Amino acid sequence: MSENFEPKIVAFVCNWCTYTGADLAGTSRLKYPTNVKLIRVMCSGGIDPVFILKAFERGADGILVSGCHPNDCHYNAGNFHARRRWEFFDELLKFTGVEKERLQFSWVSASEGKKFVDVVTKVTNDIRALGPFKSYKLINEEFTAQFPETPVNENEVILSGENA
Amino acid sequence: MKIGVFICHCGENIGRTVDCPRVAKACAWFPGVAVSIDYKYMCSDPGQNMIKDEIRKHKLDAIVVGSCSPHMHEKTFRKAAVSAGINPFLVEIANLREHCSWVHDDIDAATDKAIELTKMAVEKVKHNQPLTTIEVPVTKRTLVIGGGIAGIQAALDVANAGYEVVLVEKEPSIGGHMSQLSETFPTLDCSQCILTPRMVEVYQHPKIKLLSYSEVEKVEGFIGNFTVTIRKKARHIDETLCTGCGLCVTKCPVKKKAYNSFEENLAYRPAVYVPFPQAVPNIPVIDETVCTYYKTGKCQMCVKVCGREAIRFEQQDTMVTEDVGAIIVATGYKLYSIDRKPEDSMLKGYGEYGYGKYKDVIDGLQFERIASASGPTEGEMKRPSDGKVPKKVVFIQCVGSRDESKGFSYCSKICCMYTAKHAMLYKHKVHDGEAYVFYMDIRSGGKMYEEFVRRAIEEDGVKYVRGRVSKIYEENGKYIVKGEDTIAGMPVVIDADMVVLATAMIAQPEASDLAQTIGIPYDKYGFYNEAHPKLRPVESTTGGVFLAGACQSPKDIPESVAMASAAAAKALVLFGSDKLEREPVIAKVNEALCAGCFYCRKVCPYSAVEVRDIVTRDGVVLKQVAYVNEGLCQGCGTCTATCPSKSIELAGFNNEEIFAQIAAL
Repeated sequence: MSENFEPKIVAFVCNWCTYTGADLAGTSRLKYPTNVKLIRVMCSGGIDPVFILKAFERGADGILVSGCHPNDCHYNAGNFHARRRWEFFDELLKFTGVEKERLQFSWVSASEGKKFVDVVTKVTNDIRALGPFKSYKLINEEFTAQFPETPVNENEVILSGENA
Repeated sequence: MKIGVFICHCGENIGRTVDCPRVAKACAWFPGVAVSIDYKYMCSDPGQNMIKDEIRKHKLDAIVVGSCSPHMHEKTFRKAAVSAGINPFLVEIANLREHCSWVHDDIDAATDKAIELTKMAVEKVKHNQPLTTIEVPVTKRTLVIGGGIAGIQAALDVANAGYEVVLVEKEPSIGGHMSQLSETFPTLDCSQCILTPRMVEVYQHPKIKLLSYSEVEKVEGFIGNFTVTIRKKARHIDETLCTGCGLCVTKCPVKKKAYNSFEENLAYRPAVYVPFPQAVPNIPVIDETVCTYYKTGKCQMCVKVCGREAIRFEQQDTMVTEDVGAIIVATGYKLYSIDRKPEDSMLKGYGEYGYGKYKDVIDGLQFERIASASGPTEGEMKRPSDGKVPKKVVFIQCVGSRDESKGFSYCSKICCMYTAKHAMLYKHKVHDGEAYVFYMDIRSGGKMYEEFVRRAIEEDGVKYVRGRVSKIYEENGKYIVKGEDTIAGMPVVIDADMVVLATAMIAQPEASDLAQTIGIPYDKYGFYNEAHPKLRPVESTTGGVFLAGACQSPKDIPESVAMASAAAAKALVLFGSDKLEREPVIAKVNEALCAGCFYCRKVCPYSAVEVRDIVTRDGVVLKQVAYVNEGLCQGCGTCTATCPSKSIELAGFNNEEIFAQIAAL
């Protein structure tokens, strides 16, 4: 575990509560680590466990899933489906030996900018303490070694702007 | 595919912590990007024109704008893209402000994150499908929940514009807290005198359907197309027959079994009652819990005296269904208050004030009733315990409000003003009396408000003491109020005859339940959230649901009325067109892949998934597949995560798009 390890964390959040809560954190100018990148879905009920596996595969060290509080779901019950799915999936991950801090779940409402910051900071600190998710990365490296690809931009790029 | 990337500086808002030119340069190297530009204000006219020009010039297929939250300007940029010939759903927003520049300090790290966020958006937009918006009809009727002054105003405004209104009030009469007040600040005009004409107007309005003593049970549907189920609680009186003569009320022998909640428990009411004389509708309610008939089957005095034979003991709650296009929530507030039974009291934290223990330690609304000409003392200043005229009254402000330890960090906003009014009313009625006000700060922002407080102090001689009260106890028939004068820097002891606590305004206890029924967000205190604190203060984040009055935060009457009119105007804006455009974010089934397991049907909260037969020419059913009803689907995507064969996808958020975002990490 290196001193300068900066974990890569993905957060799958619902459009109505947590994404808006994160917006509120911004509007309130609260600060949190830069490690977390949000992927917006309409409802936490639409978060497929495959998303989580894909994110680990692409090098995520930790994942946060967050939606509306129970009974507050914009779509009535999506978050209950998310919770149920997470219960099972979390067990499965634990069974396969993944540390439980790698995948975390929380409820953050649209008015809880502060809670969003707390949750994100906690996840970042947890993962930082755990270190990189090496085992998954190894699989991934083997995989990419088999199919090397370097993305190339074939377009002729026009760059202009304030200071370009 | 040719993608244009536009990075906004948002003046200094993004530019301060994100090196926008560096982001634009980095984005230029992403596959598919044809143009990458940064600019001071993308949302400005020149900014939007630049986007349009670049789209036309380079024949872009899709654009990514790195700017503020999509909840802010997604629509703006979609519109710009449409006018340049791009489908609005081939526009992606990278949230570089709320999720990046505003929440990070380190320029390097924030810039790196901004590049990644933009990259994710670029990858997503490559997989976006052009979509067309869905048109839905609008039901031009409004549901107003709450018949206080805010609900009354909103209902009248909408109805006067010519649209039907259904007004639901949970109490037997409309009027709300305003009907309980004696006088209003800063003019000292009689509250009921200005309110009751409005109440009558509501009752007589041909466009308003008043459902009193009713509660909203269920809300289904979406903007423009809500179906609301309302429980009409049993009054045990036939509303169509009752003339409101009040004979049953006066003859009811059960006199002292139930407290009169309109009088803030300072008086009793019979088992059959009208909350107050000017009640609208003026139809009594039989309280099952105290009525003798429901206990013994006897009495029936009301039946004997009712000339119209309107008493219906066997009446049950009924359900009413109403179709509406807009909902205005105006459920108001409650006072953080005492209960007759101390164990039920919310104010446990103020045991040191003897609230609930001493009869003469009362709250603001109780004082209103004592001061009111229609109240239990008929407007004479008498204290509740023994009916004596109190010669020394202490008013304590900020009881609960601005007190984090009690759970209410906010300022209740109206208490400074109504305490000044109370002290003034007291002085006007008891000329030789003394009035003391303990305050933390005097907050009197508002037209003629500061002048009003000065008048209380200078003309009426109310003594203002800056400081808190630590304890109140009874001694020789007096209430000893121990406090501190922080300006003089010394302790103060006052032997008062009555103490009035300006307790916090809190959300209705059922506010969160109703929020969950309607599907609107609320804050930790139970007040409803507005869509934007500055620019959309009367809308909730749920389309077609608007907020009015103190259900959103503590408010005085003029503010509640203004907000109600604003909410009414918002509902009328909705009714301005016959069709509404809805985002086409709905689920779609790939019939070739669908195996017909119908797990999607089981999880769909809107019953939007139907069964469709795939038939041959000869009418032989080959297989059954799922089919999504576009009108019912709200686009949560729960079905997509449930589908084992991944044959159902949410337009705008399909698996390809999400995977692309993940892959961009």
